[in-house]
Amino acid sequence: MEGLRSHRKPAEADDVVPTLPLYLSAPALQVRLEDFELYAVDRLRVLKEISDGLSRGKKSDEMENLVRELWKLHMSHPHASEVVNKDIISHFVLRLVYCRTEELRKWFLSMETSLFRYRFRSETHEAQRALMAEFHLPYKTVTSAEYENVKDKLSQVARSTGQSLSSGDGIFYKVPFEEVPELVAGRRVYIQKGQAYVAMNQVVSLVVTQFRFLLSKALVLTNRKWTTMIREQEKDRLTPLVESLSSSYLGPDYSQPREFTEISLKDIDQVAKSSFPLCMRHLFEKLREDHHLKHGGRMQLGLFLKGVGLKLDDALAFWKAEFSRKFGAERFDKEYAYSIRHNYGKEGKRTDYTPYSCQKIISSMPGVGDHHGCPYRHFSEENLRAALGRMGVGSRALEDVMEKVRNKHYQLACTLTFEAVHGTSYVAGINHPNQYFSDSKKTLESRNNANTA
Amino acid sequence: MAGEGAENGRDDMIIDGSGADQQRQNNLIFDGVNVNYLKLYYGKLFPHADVFKWMSYGNDGKHPGCDHSYFGRREFSFTLDNDIYLRFQSFSGLSEMENSIREKCPFKIDIGPVYSVDPARRHAYAQGSDNVFTPVERELIFDIDMSDYDDVRYCCSGADVCLDCWPLMTVAIKVLDSALRDDFGFNHILWVYSGRRGVHCWVCDGKARRLNNEQRAAIADYFRVYKGNENSQKMVSLLGQALHPFLVRAHNEVLKIFFEEKLLSTQNLLLDEDRYEKILGMIPDESITSELRGKWADNRRSKEDINVVRWQQLKHMLQSAKQKLQLRRCVEEIVFSFTYPRLDMEVSRHMNHLLKAPFCVHPKTGRVCIPIDPNCCEDFDPTAVPTLSMILEELNTEGSRKEGDNEWDRTSLGDPVRYFRSSFLQPLLKSCKEEIESSYSAKLQESKNSLNW
Repeated sequence: MEGLRSHRKPAEADDVVPTLPLYLSAPALQVRLEDFELYAVDRLRVLKEISDGLSRGKKSDEMENLVRELWKLHMSHPHASEVVNKDIISHFVLRLVYCRTEELRKWFLSMETSLFRYRFRSETHEAQRALMAEFHLPYKTVTSAEYENVKDKLSQVARSTGQSLSSGDGIFYKVPFEEVPELVAGRRVYIQKGQAYVAMNQVVSLVVTQFRFLLSKALVLTNRKWTTMIREQEKDRLTPLVESLSSSYLGPDYSQPREFTEISLKDIDQVAKSSFPLCMRHLFEKLREDHHLKHGGRMQLGLFLKGVGLKLDDALAFWKAEFSRKFGAERFDKEYAYSIRHNYGKEGKRTDYTPYSCQKIISSMPGVGDHHGCPYRHFSEENLRAALGRMGVGSRALEDVMEKVRNKHYQLACTLTFEAVHGTSYVAGINHPNQYFSDSKKTLESRNNANTA
Repeated sequence: MAGEGAENGRDDMIIDGSGADQQRQNNLIFDGVNVNYLKLYYGKLFPHADVFKWMSYGNDGKHPGCDHSYFGRREFSFTLDNDIYLRFQSFSGLSEMENSIREKCPFKIDIGPVYSVDPARRHAYAQGSDNVFTPVERELIFDIDMSDYDDVRYCCSGADVCLDCWPLMTVAIKVLDSALRDDFGFNHILWVYSGRRGVHCWVCDGKARRLNNEQRAAIADYFRVYKGNENSQKMVSLLGQALHPFLVRAHNEVLKIFFEEKLLSTQNLLLDEDRYEKILGMIPDESITSELRGKWADNRRSKEDINVVRWQQLKHMLQSAKQKLQLRRCVEEIVFSFTYPRLDMEVSRHMNHLLKAPFCVHPKTGRVCIPIDPNCCEDFDPTAVPTLSMILEELNTEGSRKEGDNEWDRTSLGDPVRYFRSSFLQPLLKSCKEEIESSYSAKLQESKNSLNW
């Protein structure tokens, strides 16, 4: 453990020492094999619940509380001395588990970064400054003369984000805007000639950018080590553990196209009515109505259809039938066919793109003329009620759905819709539009079989 | 005068026209783009050398710090006469590019990113798992299209523009240009007429070209105020106790004046019930809207513009001191909804988006995509932009004066090309040269240091 702590500045007071490790290097610790797995499972529980919280669109403050509770619940240890070890060991075990594919790395990177973010926010300003020093971030604070010059603007920004100028202790860092993309995106900083004025209570963005950058690099390296050495060396000991950890806790992978649920073009209208979740049904209906969808909609619906097993040729025919009614077949071939083949990995970079998950759809930001996104999150109440009515959700169930929406449980709202439409209970909870689809098909098929039997 | 240039007998076309006015009118009507005209254009007029200089960013020089592979790693793509779409074209230098353009005679030339390796040979690198074929540099680009304003303009829709709605583009240029310079500190910005119904923006500073996708998305989001669409009803939500300084400046210096002094009357925004209901729908207070409805039902004629009168009434009611902050904010929300720039976000977000090259000829309108000077963008008249047939006629009538003279200098393409050179290209290349020199000497210094050590 010495290595991790050594270059921390002598703390001004003992209670300033942060309890938040930066995981810069793997610990030289003896770990019992049971702990190896147990610690990892506990951390995974935390990460899974963070993922759920984010996809419900929880606000920062709510997330901070959630993380604090989760951490206490899963990551405490009867021996105080073991708490930090458990933190560090579990992190490095999960690095091994989640380094092995691009998709796994992406998920782990995003969840660990969120975890770090909310733990960092809970630290005191002194502890935060100590962590910044540990990252060797070179930023200088704004001098008081300079502060006076931009004070009005800074106060305007603070008020525009519902804060006051004093909530950051009046300390500001001047950093290139490129370093704080999330603050720029939210217009939460004043920017002048490329320099962003970052308040003390916003430095989390700076630190998080750095954290994610380092972890992302580390994951790629770990993967290289895993494939070239560890997997073989540990094939009797760790490898089986690592491989079972990733599969047993992620649930079924809906990002891969199902091979068995091929749908054909002639049933697509019928199937859309009976088994598409609202987000896809809306896109589908808009496409039939306008004979056009903007980019975001084409991606969301197109990849979903690919996920339910629509073959490339059928997909081309499907989109062409609609788009050519508005633009003519020629323009479709010229402007749109490319992007459909692209989705199927047949053009450009030749990546086989995967269908969007609920989390991705909920966090998208549909703009003017767009129809993608999650209706539970992005529709006005009035429009959502009308849409649910058209799906055949009865008035009692509809109120339950709206209740979930008001509490930002968008996926639960979708789950309740599923239950109302199918007249069954559904305990799994919706995490992916393709899950909604395949479970809807299953439900309807088993009902048909029961009827004919 | 009309000597040598008239040998193909096309000079008789001018005899019909009785002067410039007549000619201009002819050009408002569709004038087709055919391959022979284009051949002549690419052969005599298209500023190949300037485009090459620009896309080389100083790397075509003799300085030892120049990267001679730079231009060759840039993707161009051509759309040919028969709708064949050629992606991943790349050229070793000016003559190869010029020959290819002359020979293939593309209806449209798009410019993509600079890749890590020559895009024409990307397949050779596709085997490696590390995905070495990837974009490494790209101008920060913006695309604003008039068809995205269809819900706020009554004069035209879709691809059409007229002098009543075009000022919406002028407003967009002013708002973005000043923020790109003052907030983000960029200096080398090129605005280009897209040839029909919109404008493109190229930010070419080294810092801008090296932004990653997340940073691009952050800038695009900084400019985004539209959070909703028809599904969520409200288009613009301005929350918080104050507006961000960037929005305040946009509102006070551009949007408010434009809305009140121009748009209200030219688009008749409050003329009749249909139109004013749309604006009243944005006010979340029944008592105010019904009072305004009462006032406006009585449609008495007065000397003053009815739109202006009604706007003053609406403003007065919302801004009267007793009302809540959210209602006062409503006035700004309405102004923003109708006038604030609407960006095609996807174009700006990713490095690998293609954008049409300046000085192309729009295949539908025949108009040349000429630069727009942001300092006098209100003088830009899209209906007066030179068309292909117009400049070819000019070329014929003027004849050839001197050998070695630039052909475009004798046509209405002269001013746009001169502007491109003096206001954009020269300052850009000057700063590129400085950048190459300073990074080269820094590298030298570095290696010297390591030798000393």
